[in-house]
Amino acid sequence: MEAVSIIEGPVSLLDRSDVDTDQIIPKQFLKRVERTGFGEFLFYDWIRDGEIELEPNPILVSGRNFGSGSSREHAVWALQQFGFDAVVAPSFSDIFFSNCTKNGFLPVVLEEAECVALAAAGSGRIDLENQKVSWEGGEASFEIDPEIKRRLFGGLDDIALTLQGEKDIEAFESGPGGSYGPVTTSLS
Amino acid sequence: MPKTMFEKIWEEHEVRDELIYIDLHLVHEVTSPQAFEGLRMTGRELRRPDKTIATADHNVPTDGTPTAKLIADTLSRKQVETLEQNAADFGVPVYSLGSKTQGIVHVIGPELGLTQPGMTIVCGDSHTSTHGAFGALAFGIGTSEVEHVMATQTLVQRRPRTMRINYSGRLGPGVTSKDLILATIGRLGTGGMAGYVVEYAGEAIRALTMEERLTVCNMTIEGGGRAGMIAPDETTYEYMRGKPGVPEDFEAAIERWRELPTDEGASFDYEVDIDATLISPMVTWGTTPGMVVQVTDQVPDPSQMEDAAKRESAERALQYMGLSAGTPIEEIRPERVFIGSCTNSRISDLREAAAAIKGRRVADSIRAMVVPGSAMVKKQAEEEGLDRIFEDAGFEWRGAGCSMCLGMNPDILIEGERCASTSNRNFEGRQGKGGRTHLVSPTMATAAAIEGHFVDVRNWN
Repeated sequence: MEAVSIIEGPVSLLDRSDVDTDQIIPKQFLKRVERTGFGEFLFYDWIRDGEIELEPNPILVSGRNFGSGSSREHAVWALQQFGFDAVVAPSFSDIFFSNCTKNGFLPVVLEEAECVALAAAGSGRIDLENQKVSWEGGEASFEIDPEIKRRLFGGLDDIALTLQGEKDIEAFESGPGGSYGPVTTSLS
Repeated sequence: MPKTMFEKIWEEHEVRDELIYIDLHLVHEVTSPQAFEGLRMTGRELRRPDKTIATADHNVPTDGTPTAKLIADTLSRKQVETLEQNAADFGVPVYSLGSKTQGIVHVIGPELGLTQPGMTIVCGDSHTSTHGAFGALAFGIGTSEVEHVMATQTLVQRRPRTMRINYSGRLGPGVTSKDLILATIGRLGTGGMAGYVVEYAGEAIRALTMEERLTVCNMTIEGGGRAGMIAPDETTYEYMRGKPGVPEDFEAAIERWRELPTDEGASFDYEVDIDATLISPMVTWGTTPGMVVQVTDQVPDPSQMEDAAKRESAERALQYMGLSAGTPIEEIRPERVFIGSCTNSRISDLREAAAAIKGRRVADSIRAMVVPGSAMVKKQAEEEGLDRIFEDAGFEWRGAGCSMCLGMNPDILIEGERCASTSNRNFEGRQGKGGRTHLVSPTMATAAAIEGHFVDVRNWN
């Protein structure tokens, strides 16, 4: 995963709330078995129908409950591959938020009024280390979980980090917790 | 100190701080290929194939195609064949197209007895919350997390907040658990449960059958919730008894499971009280599951909404849905009816729908289909003669899969078609580009199929 620190440049605005992952990347494009090739299908129906226009800028601003619905990580891949590096909104769905952070794609929660001001300014700067978003005429700070921040900032690989503590997993598995639940390989 | 059910399960599964152990990983064809590929590229093993199971559901045709290699759509075929190959390479049991236990991943877990109280269960699918109906902690994850679970059998997780929804009283006749959860989402909003693990409790929940409880927990994600849970009880244990995956010493397991329910006096971050006796049959009118009203209501008027973002969303939704404010819900006329999905495709859903037919026929204006949730549900339904009841009434009787819930296979709406659907999402284009989805219970869907418009099933015989 690529490290995230400063993201700056023009802002694209998608002025809608409850943007769900079915819109971000419609299901007919989920049949690929690779992680690439999703960017051109971002918001496929909305863009193709002329409902919205979007420039592939570093920052996307949108409405509340962004990324709701399906857990498809393809939505994050599509946003990234289209050209966005960060998305700013008043709130996100949990799974989408988590998927962003696993891909070095920065989700930023700002107040609704701050999102409006950032979009109106037309460009901005997101500083992950100092947890600040600034634009001409204003700035705002944002909250982010310290561990998520550390991993994003360092571009750290979650699996490698977890496996550094593999002894803990082995210890857990040799205790009573290791045999809880069914054994799938013994069903037939 | 008294603990919630969630806290008990969480603490039992903490490998270390914010790293939890996963007891069961369910895998399907759409969100797993990139994760398997990640393992190959890094030379990692799949740590616990014996805690992993795979099935093909999202993509599979429901027209009786017997095996993956005969799937007509090239990309779907490749995805299902890739799943079969990946499962073989990494030693994961797989129930692919043609298997007698193939089906929607959230239907086969419970029916095979793999879903058990007290477990942690994940899957690369947001409706994994379904399994919480057994008193498990179950939630959807993305593909990077799927790979993480494959490699480590654990997940890095911030401890979520807890919410309890207490339902007093019981649901009235004709009102189902689908209506209960739709009414709840309508009240709390699509982001109302965000960040929370939600425990559903109270008299109305205790009175639900196991499959009705699955419907409630299934739609937790539509309220934005991380996971939904219901405490296990005799209903749970009776449902599980005799299923293939349950513990050999079942009585001893029950004794352990009795320790799981939330202790008296345990505290939640947020509690909500809902009077179940006031819940009516519900119908969605818009493009999120929170845009929902009682069947006796009218399509709402956006100009009466105070919140600007809500008003704009509602205006857009009405335009997309081709509806005008003030139209009585009972005057809305679908052209399609879909009974299926991980929300409502279990045997009891099909029995409920079949029982409502009573010798009548699907209206001439409607194409209606029934898609059982699994090959086992299909077989059971056919043994009971439900397929005949549906087909005699003019419903299509299909093979098992996700089907028209998300339209990744050939079952889709065409532009502008209106559908009464027992599924879980009415998003724009969800069931096909330009398709208009109204979410309802199986009985409400059946009644709409027969009458050609929505009806209040409480006054319909």
